[in-house]
Amino acid sequence: MYPNRFDYESPTTVEEAIAILDRSGGEAKVLSGGQSLIPMLKLRFAAPATIVDINNIPGLDYHHVDDEGNLHIGALCRHVDLEESTTLADTHPTLAAAAELVADPIVRTRGTFVGSVCHADPQGDWAATMLAQGGYVVAQGPNGRRRIDMGDFVLGPFVTALAYNEMAVEAVIPGASGTPRGSYLKLERRVGDFATASVAVSLDMDGDVIRKAGCALAGVGGRTIDANDAISCLVGKTLTEDSIDQASDAVAAVAEPRTDHRGSDAYKRHIVQTFVKRILTNLARTEQKAA
Amino acid sequence: MALDELKIGGMGASRRRVEDNRFIRGKGKYVDDVVLPAMLHMEILRSPVAHARIKSIDTSAAWEVPGVRLVLTGETMAARNLAWMPTLSYDTQAVIATDKVRFQGQEVAAVVADDPYIAKDACSKIVVEYEQLPAIVNPDQAKDSSAPLIRDDKVNQDSNKIFDWEIGDKEATEKAFADADVVSSLELHYPRSHPSPLEPCGSIADFDRATGKLTVYMTTQAPHIIRAAVAMVAELPEHQIRIISPDLGGGFGNKVPVYPGYVISILASILTERPVKWIEDKSGNLISTGFGRDVYLKGEMALRKDGKILGMRMHTTSDHGAFFADAQPTKFKIGLMHSTFACYDVPAAYLTSDGYYTNKAPGGVAYRCSFRVTEAMFFQERMIHAAANDLGMDQAEFRRVNLVKDDMFPYRTAFGFLTDSGQYAKCLDLGLEAIGYSSFKAEQEEARKRGKLLGIGISTMTEPLGAGNSREYDIIGIKMFDSAELRVHMTGKAILRTGAKTQGQGHETTWAQIVAHELGIPADDIVVEEGDTDTAPFGMGTYASRSTPVAGAAVAMVARKIRAKARKIAAHLLEVSEEDIEWELGRFYVRGNEERGVTIQDCALAAYSNVPDGMEPGLENNAYYDPPNLTWPFAAYICKVEVDPETGVWDVLKFVAVDDCGVRINPMVVEGQIMGGLTEAYAMANMQYITFDEEGNCIGANYIDYLLPTAWETPGFELHEVVTPCPHHPIGAKGIGECATVGGPAAFVNAVMSAIEHTGVRNVDMPLMPNRVYDAVRNGQDVSGMPPVRVD
Repeated sequence: MYPNRFDYESPTTVEEAIAILDRSGGEAKVLSGGQSLIPMLKLRFAAPATIVDINNIPGLDYHHVDDEGNLHIGALCRHVDLEESTTLADTHPTLAAAAELVADPIVRTRGTFVGSVCHADPQGDWAATMLAQGGYVVAQGPNGRRRIDMGDFVLGPFVTALAYNEMAVEAVIPGASGTPRGSYLKLERRVGDFATASVAVSLDMDGDVIRKAGCALAGVGGRTIDANDAISCLVGKTLTEDSIDQASDAVAAVAEPRTDHRGSDAYKRHIVQTFVKRILTNLARTEQKAA
Repeated sequence: MALDELKIGGMGASRRRVEDNRFIRGKGKYVDDVVLPAMLHMEILRSPVAHARIKSIDTSAAWEVPGVRLVLTGETMAARNLAWMPTLSYDTQAVIATDKVRFQGQEVAAVVADDPYIAKDACSKIVVEYEQLPAIVNPDQAKDSSAPLIRDDKVNQDSNKIFDWEIGDKEATEKAFADADVVSSLELHYPRSHPSPLEPCGSIADFDRATGKLTVYMTTQAPHIIRAAVAMVAELPEHQIRIISPDLGGGFGNKVPVYPGYVISILASILTERPVKWIEDKSGNLISTGFGRDVYLKGEMALRKDGKILGMRMHTTSDHGAFFADAQPTKFKIGLMHSTFACYDVPAAYLTSDGYYTNKAPGGVAYRCSFRVTEAMFFQERMIHAAANDLGMDQAEFRRVNLVKDDMFPYRTAFGFLTDSGQYAKCLDLGLEAIGYSSFKAEQEEARKRGKLLGIGISTMTEPLGAGNSREYDIIGIKMFDSAELRVHMTGKAILRTGAKTQGQGHETTWAQIVAHELGIPADDIVVEEGDTDTAPFGMGTYASRSTPVAGAAVAMVARKIRAKARKIAAHLLEVSEEDIEWELGRFYVRGNEERGVTIQDCALAAYSNVPDGMEPGLENNAYYDPPNLTWPFAAYICKVEVDPETGVWDVLKFVAVDDCGVRINPMVVEGQIMGGLTEAYAMANMQYITFDEEGNCIGANYIDYLLPTAWETPGFELHEVVTPCPHHPIGAKGIGECATVGGPAAFVNAVMSAIEHTGVRNVDMPLMPNRVYDAVRNGQDVSGMPPVRVD
């Protein structure tokens, strides 16, 4: 496994990194955790002229919740940092559920949340959780920062809205206006395998009434599937057998699965439906217990 | 007075593996760790297509890359009569393609350069023009009369069929079926898999023009066979060839065959007169080297109402890829497939087999099984499961009725094998007890109320390990005996060398334990060395679980020769006649006067300083061991699973393994073998397979598509033992390295079937991925063949 020749840059500030990206004219690639990029280099699927290693830039490895309840995740925050967080389950339960299902323990130690989102793999876990919760990416370029909503961030498989001289410095996931509830389920053949299907569900609850509902799917289409509209049928309702059935049918209907070695399109759609139902049924049980 | 055998690390001691000291410190020395002065690096260009005529190859741009020393094509090889080489199954295999490429990943050119990056860059500059031909990816396509002829290079080859083969008594079997009350049948596919050792294949060829000596560091499980093959293929004198197999990062059969890369690196070194290193990458290993399985099996069983098996007939169709390069004993075309049903009393049996060329990688190897025994035992235990169901009999009871009884040994199987020992029913009963078989039905009922499906699967089998006796077993004419050489130094320390080659089995630990057992020399005082053909005695190498049955026996025999000489020395030192000498572990003494004795170390010193008149000095010897029979370990594997009918996901609730491999040299090492083998069995059952799309693209040439289970999902295993010593092995041991891989898969599959067969399903082919199990449950129908690949 021998990659093509490349130049290696190791900036110590975001500004310096952006200057290098700017100079490279689109031939550079940012290296954060490297868990997708390094294999692609070795397989020669990617052959950038320059690697911009941002691991020596201090102050990017944070994750914190601001006064308004929004979660900020810095560009060098590793998956494991989120997995080991003791507060994430209270503020952002969907993310907390996904954190332990991302790739495998080895990848989670090194890989980064923002890097994974920027990789824009249609089967990525974090992209689905971002989309279900109205998250956005903060991009910084020579002319300053801008906010790119997750729905606009991914243009296609492995392609994002980042300009060649922009770097994603942070991901932000809004806090809930009521009580945050949610979960993430993934079917994979083996730890670290790409998802056969996965489902992110996020609810804002006001007592037992759903104020806001979000949902996104991975592995069942050529992109992360936005199922926010589909699950909005829950808004204003409580979690009952009927409302759960209605929501899981609606979400399954917007999946765009294709038949492959992981299963038929019908199977994958069925898994989406089953997982939405399981997540909501479990949340309903939790609500009952709380009450 | 005798030594405590466990304290000196003798037989039965769970002595820590001495090799681990260097492995866990990262101090192992693998082929890729060897660096020779002025060494060059070689990279192979592989075919992107499965079947195509090569119209032209333009290497001019590659030659121009700075640092490139040599570019080799089929033409270069052909000029030296090296474009083709013989295989281990008397076929030929292309070293570098000249006329056609016959599988995706086939060697098309090679570049030798100052470093591997340059070699890789230059490979991408080689322009090959292909004229694509239709790809044949399974035997059904290969059989079709309109199919393109894959091996148009061979004279007299007018179809894609490689062989027809049969064994057994056809007439007696037909009669058994005529007498049957019930006939049960089953048809299944054992998917293609790949051993995928962590370390891929590689070599460093170093030809010294001045001395005429060729030294090759090579990832091989059988260095002496390689030396013989190189002598024949490259027409070099055998005494001028030295094959060194250093530490191996696993083999599992993958490192038995001779691969083109080895041969190309040898020619490259001869041409450049510099050492040439070739290290395959992971994809190269998965796409081009020896695979396992890929066999379609069907059979029928003739049964009497009371459960007695009357007869068995079976047909296998195997897919060998583009060249018939299976590593197997000469006499048998489909390995030891006919060992199937060896643990059952089957009066009549008949097996027919045919094999085909396809546009897939060649080199069927015994992937941790003794020559196709994995397929044989998988079919056996799936068939037994189906037959018990067809009779309406309990799975355990049906086995109990038909297993060979303890008093029936030696037992001649319908296909002619002689099984010699075992306590089959005892193993089965121990396993049933451990898994809680008697309460299973109630558990199953209870689980169904929770919406979960419980299943229990049994797999019982004996398999032929330790090829073999030289009457029946040879590879390319070389008889399958093995050897050991022992030198005891003056201070009583020793060096032992064998013709086997450890690749994770722990020979450095366990061989020393056999010597400790025979001589009373502490195991820590014995160093074990293997893999260098200039120093190790001739042997056939390590695969087919043959090390302990054959080389291990040779170790015991050479130690006994040493003891016999030491006895004479002891008599001399004690000034009594040899007849008056008694032996206890580590010490000779005078009969009737136990106090008067000498240790084995005393004898060693005397061998170099005070030998009796007329005796040759020194204390060393060798032994060649030709076993009288194979060894026949027995295993009962029982698995309990829970299936989620809504997703098809199944979890192993408990797995019990009862292994009888005779006397255990090092119980810890044996348990490690069983754990590893069961993990691979779980992999086969669940996820590990290679398939091909209709164009012949290999789906499984990377670890995204080819799934190896991790510690994360692998279930725990509960191990039990029964010991029935092998009657002919010097220390009563039987092979164990492969039992769990061979017998394990059927336990998992039978368990899942047991959970879902109430829906009318009879068979789901491996891999039992969730979607396949779900489809079977939902439709109440069998799922056969390989999973589809993406078509868009």
